[in-house]
Amino acid sequence: MTWTSWGISKSPWLYHVSTGSCNNCDIEIVDCLTPKFDVERFGGKLVGSPRHADVLMATGAMTRKSKPRFERVLEAAAKPYIVAAVGACACSKGIFHDAYNCVGPVRKVTKEVDEEIMVVNIPGCPPRPEAIIEGLVNGLQKLKEVHQ
Amino acid sequence: MATTIPIGPYHPLQEEPEHYLLTVDGEEVLDVDVQIGYNHRGIEKLSEKKTYNQVPFLVERVCGICSHSHPYAYCLAVEDCGDLEVPEKAKYLRTLIGELERIHSHLLWAGLAGHFIGYDTVFMWAWKYREEVLDLLELLTGNRNAYAMMKPGGVQRDIPREHLEEARPILDTLKEKSEMLYNAVLDDPVMKARLEGIGVLDEEDARAFGALGPTSRASGIPNDIRSDFPYGVYEDLDWKVITRDAGDVLARVEVRLLETLESIKMCEQIINRIPDEGSIDSEPKKIPPGDGIGSYEAPRGECFHYIKSDGTNRPVRHKIRAPTFMNFPTYRSTCIGETVADASIILASVDPCYCCTERAISLKEKDDVNLLELSQKRTAEIKEELGLELSPLEEVLDE
Repeated sequence: MTWTSWGISKSPWLYHVSTGSCNNCDIEIVDCLTPKFDVERFGGKLVGSPRHADVLMATGAMTRKSKPRFERVLEAAAKPYIVAAVGACACSKGIFHDAYNCVGPVRKVTKEVDEEIMVVNIPGCPPRPEAIIEGLVNGLQKLKEVHQ
Repeated sequence: MATTIPIGPYHPLQEEPEHYLLTVDGEEVLDVDVQIGYNHRGIEKLSEKKTYNQVPFLVERVCGICSHSHPYAYCLAVEDCGDLEVPEKAKYLRTLIGELERIHSHLLWAGLAGHFIGYDTVFMWAWKYREEVLDLLELLTGNRNAYAMMKPGGVQRDIPREHLEEARPILDTLKEKSEMLYNAVLDDPVMKARLEGIGVLDEEDARAFGALGPTSRASGIPNDIRSDFPYGVYEDLDWKVITRDAGDVLARVEVRLLETLESIKMCEQIINRIPDEGSIDSEPKKIPPGDGIGSYEAPRGECFHYIKSDGTNRPVRHKIRAPTFMNFPTYRSTCIGETVADASIILASVDPCYCCTERAISLKEKDDVNLLELSQKRTAEIKEELGLELSPLEEVLDE
């Protein structure tokens, strides 16, 4: 295990990027930080810049206008990082699968930028905070295994 | 010298992508501009492809915080179009979920307001107490945020009496905690110092800009669809419209927190009066040609839906107008002349919701989208669907 992956798995810093979601997943992510679920137990913390982030929490079905911004966020974040696609829209576009303005899902866009970006899908509409925390823990475990 | 400060589209204070441009001279805000379009998904167009009973699931995803308001307004529009009767019990169930949603939305906003002024204690408190409402909603409907209760002509499922009885103690603790939060916030010298006299919207401006919901009620206008054009069972309930005259951010906090207490009172009354027997769905078979409108008092103001029907099982046109669309322009009155430090709480004080608002997008060639190309692509798709060989435009013109 490298120092980087050890550090990330002990204190994953989260950056929340909404790509045209309906607020449901966003408030559930914020819910994870509040006293009942308290993701800070695992060292998780919401940060304001992608440059500080280890996990990018992407929500939403990726609208045309937010796609170039999301690509810039992916390029700005320091490697290694994982992208957590939170919610049905981010995983598979969900109910917006045939909407004219949605060009997602998140995985498709990360593949265009870099094939090797690790994406964790957390399905649900919206996923419960417990599911988000479990998805994060699994993603970090994977990251640790890859960067042995 | 004027400088422009961009806030967003991705900013640590915001949940949603939104872009403000503040023009400032030193500390003073000279101008404010909002750029939207990051959240436009094309819901109005999608709903034209869905049947009347499928649309509530779609419009629930317009906004996750008002996920009962949009289906309710849509159902009111369909019921107006088809002159449908709604059973008494269904009306009570709809109103109960609507009021619980109002409690959760107002507590969520109170917490975020604390976060915006750097007072994270209020944020953590409000969100902790909000969990009680979410638990209650999960008990009654099966989900924390998207309730899927609405359907034109009634509700999707019944709530058994024992679940309603279980809700009573939760409402009692919620009442106690909300009163405590109200007193703690209003007595706090820090909150007063930060919020009093900030971002004042006077009554004249509120009327001129067409402000809705708590934003207008904090400016002394008793504007509430629940009392002006009652739907559901509001006429039978004992409640009052909360107004404040000050028009500043503190007044908006006060109105929202008092409305929370008022909603808890309404929920208790509904649980007492809800009939045990009776149907929950009038099972409409057909929506006749015509059009209908639905107005619903969402937590942020009036939510408006318009439906046009041609007698088939799908709406021909579905128009949505969310409350934030009307509250945006008030920024011109409240923000200009204030300091940059106060701008964030003033911008947040109307409780803006972008995913509700963004019903249109402007396409320019620089956004990598060519309108002509899009239109040609769509024509080709329709041709393929219908299996037609339409003649090219030039040949038609030659003839």
